Amino acid sequence: MRKEIIKLNVGPQHPSTHGVLRLLVELEGEVVVSCDPDIGYLHRGIEKLMENRTYHRSIPLTERVDYLAGAANSLGYVLAVERLLGISEIPERARYIRVIVAELTRIASHLFWLATHGHDLGAMTPLFYALRDREIIMDFFETWAGKRLFPNMFRVGGVARDFPDGLEQEIKKFALELPQRMRDYETLLTKNPIWINRTKGVGVLTKEEVLDYGLSGPMARGSGLNFDIRRVDPYLGYDEFEFVVPLGENGDTYDRYLIRLEEMRQSCNIILQAVDRLPKGDIMIEDYQVAFPPKDKVINGEYLIPHYLLVVKGFKAPKGEIFHHTEAPKGELGFYIVSDGSEHPYRVKIRTPSFVNLQVISKLAKGRLLSDLIALIGTIDIVLADVDR
Amino acid sequence: MAESLVFIIVSLIKSVVLVSLIMVSVMIGVYLERRILGFIQLRYGPNRCGPYGILQSVADGIKLFCKQDITLPVTEKTIYILAPLIAGVTALFPFVAIPFADKIAPDTITLFGKVFDLTKYSLNRGVIADLPGGVLFILAVSSLSVYGVLLAGWSSDNKYSFLGAMRVASQMLSYELFLGISIMGVLMITGSIRMTEIVEAQKHMWFVVYQPLGFILYMIAGFAEACRTPFDLIECENELGSGFNTEYSSMKFALFYLAEYIHIITISAIAVTLFLGGWQGPWLPSGIWFIIKVACLFIFFIWVRGTYPRVRFDQLMSVGWKYLFPIAMANLIATGICVLFL
Repeated sequence: MRKEIIKLNVGPQHPSTHGVLRLLVELEGEVVVSCDPDIGYLHRGIEKLMENRTYHRSIPLTERVDYLAGAANSLGYVLAVERLLGISEIPERARYIRVIVAELTRIASHLFWLATHGHDLGAMTPLFYALRDREIIMDFFETWAGKRLFPNMFRVGGVARDFPDGLEQEIKKFALELPQRMRDYETLLTKNPIWINRTKGVGVLTKEEVLDYGLSGPMARGSGLNFDIRRVDPYLGYDEFEFVVPLGENGDTYDRYLIRLEEMRQSCNIILQAVDRLPKGDIMIEDYQVAFPPKDKVINGEYLIPHYLLVVKGFKAPKGEIFHHTEAPKGELGFYIVSDGSEHPYRVKIRTPSFVNLQVISKLAKGRLLSDLIALIGTIDIVLADVDR
Repeated sequence: MAESLVFIIVSLIKSVVLVSLIMVSVMIGVYLERRILGFIQLRYGPNRCGPYGILQSVADGIKLFCKQDITLPVTEKTIYILAPLIAGVTALFPFVAIPFADKIAPDTITLFGKVFDLTKYSLNRGVIADLPGGVLFILAVSSLSVYGVLLAGWSSDNKYSFLGAMRVASQMLSYELFLGISIMGVLMITGSIRMTEIVEAQKHMWFVVYQPLGFILYMIAGFAEACRTPFDLIECENELGSGFNTEYSSMKFALFYLAEYIHIITISAIAVTLFLGGWQGPWLPSGIWFIIKVACLFIFFIWVRGTYPRVRFDQLMSVGWKYLFPIAMANLIATGICVLFL
């Protein structure tokens, strides 16, 4: 019998590639012989654009790196710039607001992952359940910032706007309710034999392979690697919160699924602690060379001029370079900023989790079926904007 | 001569009525599916066309009819055009032998001053052709519809469609066998393969009571035969981008769509006839009971779609051959022993 290898272009327009990923797949029957990801369809040159902008004006750009977790990206960037400027302390209230928003973003991102991953494997209903809960988070952001996906409220030195009255209680209510709602997803998927068959033993990664490929986030923790930057290299005072870093045993798609679900619960846990401790007070440092003065005081000339200068010219950062990494929902998000002492960064490199995590797909897909390939794209949890930047 | 004329006319009337009923129920079925899925998934579903959106299917039909019918420059043009026809028409075949009601006409009618006996060939009953080998006929023609899908995927000159076609071939091999065996128990109890006799044998008790395993196996195979979630591997939009019907548009696509829903109705109707007492039931007319039972099973199909993920195609094969086929055989042997000694 003559064997023929089918070359199949999965993507860039394909329902399950989560964007514009193109996979050059060679199939023997339905078995994947080789899989070669081709990226770059969503390259927007964000790193280059940032070189021509002042530090503050880059914040909206960074939010668009991973559009499903906007606030997590700008948080990483703002923290990196703060470290470059030597700002070590921001007002407590601003810090807790950042933590709450970062964790809400993590939940939103994981919910969207659950929706699409489930749908890729044919489970339609969890999609709508997960998006319903994500919509609540979007509503929080809308109440707070007026925008849903990209709140764009983090500034160097604090946050631009305080939570409106009552939002903390709403968030607390949501964080209490979500773990109960997640039982619905659990009944639909976790113990479903078809779901277990589709995900157990698919895409198995050992600890060594995780280290070799430089994977991070749930991809690394699924294989039992205890690597959560919130714990390993705490920022924003994450070390004062109590939370468990869930770890997998088998390193397969099912374990990563369980881990992401557990991470959502832990994020709820962190949010509850943060809301309880949320103090009253300022939300911005008072160094008006780098931080925006409060809006209601800008009528006063004393505040108007620094505000004007900050908007028009920006601030000068000291010469040097800095790398700061945060635990974004999809893994390790790093900002490497080189400053030549001017108002613009000389070079910015964004280490995005999706880009690094995606490379493992060639290895995982080899010898598996086409259906598994779809499951693998889902379990790596890529966002193509995050891959291409 | 006159007798055969009456036979032809009566059969034609029955066929036309049945086919139009099926078409209408497909439209209702599509609407029901979208509404019930909406209900399961916390959304509205279609609610704009007419009151509660009941005219949505009509609107969809008109839209598909008005679309440009693109015929691709494929190598096997005849097969490409024939495939949707095969799929649409063969899906209707099994209904020939399915009894959908009890008596629908008097025993005799007087035409042109002559008295015709309608009990001959069961003309007065709610079945188009009361075939002596009804079950065999249904088993034979219900697998024909695979050809429509297979040829469509193969002739589309599209790799995704081709993969869908390959899947349907392997899928058919894995379910068709235990589908046949799962209903064998019913035939043993009845001692007949005439569909009307099977229905009448359930006068006191439905066969699902004697054959629960057979019913479950038949429903699993039915899901596979209708290509519905969790066995909708051949279209599987997430992997194959709709699979075999990717390259079809307008009415050609509508025929596939139609065939899929007729299939669900057929599977439900066969299950009702073999296991759930067919048209039998108290108080209401027999045809109504049949429709109610079929509708319940149809809704069950939708419910499962809203609940389960999709299996992988090698898993369907291994489950079919390793577990369901032996279970069906064991069920058959156990039934045989019971029928023999009890």
